[in-house]
Amino acid sequence: MFRRVKHWGPGLLLLAPTIILVGVFVYWLIFENFRVSLTNQHTAKPSNKYVGFENYTNLLADPNFQHSLWNLLILTVVFLSGTLIFGFLWAWILDKPAKGEGFFRAVYLFPMSVSFIASGVVWRWLLSSLQTDQPGGERTTGLNRLLDSVGLGFMQNDWWSNPTWGIAAIAVPAIWQLSGYVMALFLAGFRGIPEELREAARIDGCSEWKLYRYVIFPQLNPVMLSAVIIIGHMSLKLFDLIRAIVPDANTYDVQVPATMMWVKYIGSDYADAAAIGMILLVLVAIVVIPYLMYTSRAEKR
Amino acid sequence: MATSILERTSSGGTAAGAPNQTKRRINRTLKYALLLLFVIMILIPAYVLFITSFKGSSDADPSRAWLLPETWETAGWAKAWTTLAPALGRTFLLVIPAAIISATLGSINGYVLSKWRFPGANIVFTLILFGMFIPYQAVMIPLTQLMSNIGVPQGIPSLMLLHIVYGLPICTLIFRNYYESVPSELIEAARMDGAGIMRTYTSVIFPVSAPGFVVVLIWQFTSAWNDYLFAAFFSSGRNGPVTIALSFLAGGQLTDYAASMAGALIASVPTLIVYILLGKYFVGGLMSGSVKG
Repeated sequence: MFRRVKHWGPGLLLLAPTIILVGVFVYWLIFENFRVSLTNQHTAKPSNKYVGFENYTNLLADPNFQHSLWNLLILTVVFLSGTLIFGFLWAWILDKPAKGEGFFRAVYLFPMSVSFIASGVVWRWLLSSLQTDQPGGERTTGLNRLLDSVGLGFMQNDWWSNPTWGIAAIAVPAIWQLSGYVMALFLAGFRGIPEELREAARIDGCSEWKLYRYVIFPQLNPVMLSAVIIIGHMSLKLFDLIRAIVPDANTYDVQVPATMMWVKYIGSDYADAAAIGMILLVLVAIVVIPYLMYTSRAEKR
Repeated sequence: MATSILERTSSGGTAAGAPNQTKRRINRTLKYALLLLFVIMILIPAYVLFITSFKGSSDADPSRAWLLPETWETAGWAKAWTTLAPALGRTFLLVIPAAIISATLGSINGYVLSKWRFPGANIVFTLILFGMFIPYQAVMIPLTQLMSNIGVPQGIPSLMLLHIVYGLPICTLIFRNYYESVPSELIEAARMDGAGIMRTYTSVIFPVSAPGFVVVLIWQFTSAWNDYLFAAFFSSGRNGPVTIALSFLAGGQLTDYAASMAGALIASVPTLIVYILLGKYFVGGLMSGSVKG
């Protein structure tokens, strides 16, 4: 026994600072946050009166919060499908050896290195909602102006200033920024498929479509899963981009739980802010925990 | 283009090979046209940033919004620079130590978790990893309380601590995956020679860690540089990093677009340089972000 402790004791000791830091800053704070979310601390004045799950039931009954959940759903669906489509398409085209491949890859990936706050500055301008055929339309700028001047004026729209679908416009810059990432994941996936596998399928007379359907796609499943998890959890947490594009944090059209939590925090409604944080955590956990269990089991095999 | 294809087929050898070759040429042309179209799509925002940043107030005619400036003015750049310069300095001061410290800790953690395992090491690793996925909103309220209780000042000191702590999971993950490829025999040999855990690290592991460090440092540098969430909660325009300064410059209803676009470019220069010079490793970091790489 003593020998074994001597064997792994030093490792545990080296890991101790991290275990303590993560223990406090992740797990203990989540617990604390849960505790605050059960109190009635709705003003800056400290209050520790417990009200059970009242904050949660109130939030879930609040039309504003319901709308933020709806927005989050739309955002995630559009963001995910956009990045998967572009990411896959680019990787598929660039997978075959091509001249200048490195250049294209670098261009597609570069938006990833820029902050949402910086890209938000230009997307705010691009997605400005004024349209040329509206009153004051001569002041139109951004994509609407571009569409108008290339003869696609009918495609002009109010982008994010729309209560039902406005949030989908926020997904446009997010897709612009992260499709390159998904491309990089898929490229690694494509390169991981042994050439013999494709050859064998071709020799067996597999058509190009069948080759993809039965050989390539199944091999790409793990990559696809990683992409969905990464983009999905980014989407659930998306905050910076919305703040950069829409000046007022409390804008109904593009409200998501992450921005609503900020609004509650600014208004010193700590209990509600904590409750929204918990709801976000549960949503992320539903996505991430099965994934973590899956990867740690896959590793053991 | 059509004629060149025709020429190729007429002079192109066997009758059977010709249509195939034509088809291949068309395919290739189509492919590059598509690739270029996507390049244009990606570069549109960069173009807008660039031209708008050089426009003066006399150049504000919306009908010329997509055209080059009539006169190239640098007033926007000057304003952006004076607004952002102090914050830029603070951000370097914050990001470089944060990246180095979390990379060092991550390297040691990765080493222990891959080469010096203890019972339950896998569970500990998964528990650490979960910290990388949590929405920070779920800890933010008690975190503000905790930081003021332990007396860490707002601004750079707070942000440095937070980037180190919340950077630990990803740094640990990248190094653990990286060290998995280091042969265990090397470790065993060092142990046989009586080297302890730290001696083994400094003499065997650390010397082969350079690629891992490059990936982790780049990852931490860019993510801390681009962070806005923590900065919004733990700093102000007076003591915050460049993302905060930029959001103040560009925020509000009446925006000076020349200055804010110049500011966006200035704020992106450091991460862009890192990306251009070390892009290969940048992608390496992205890959490890996907847990299994």
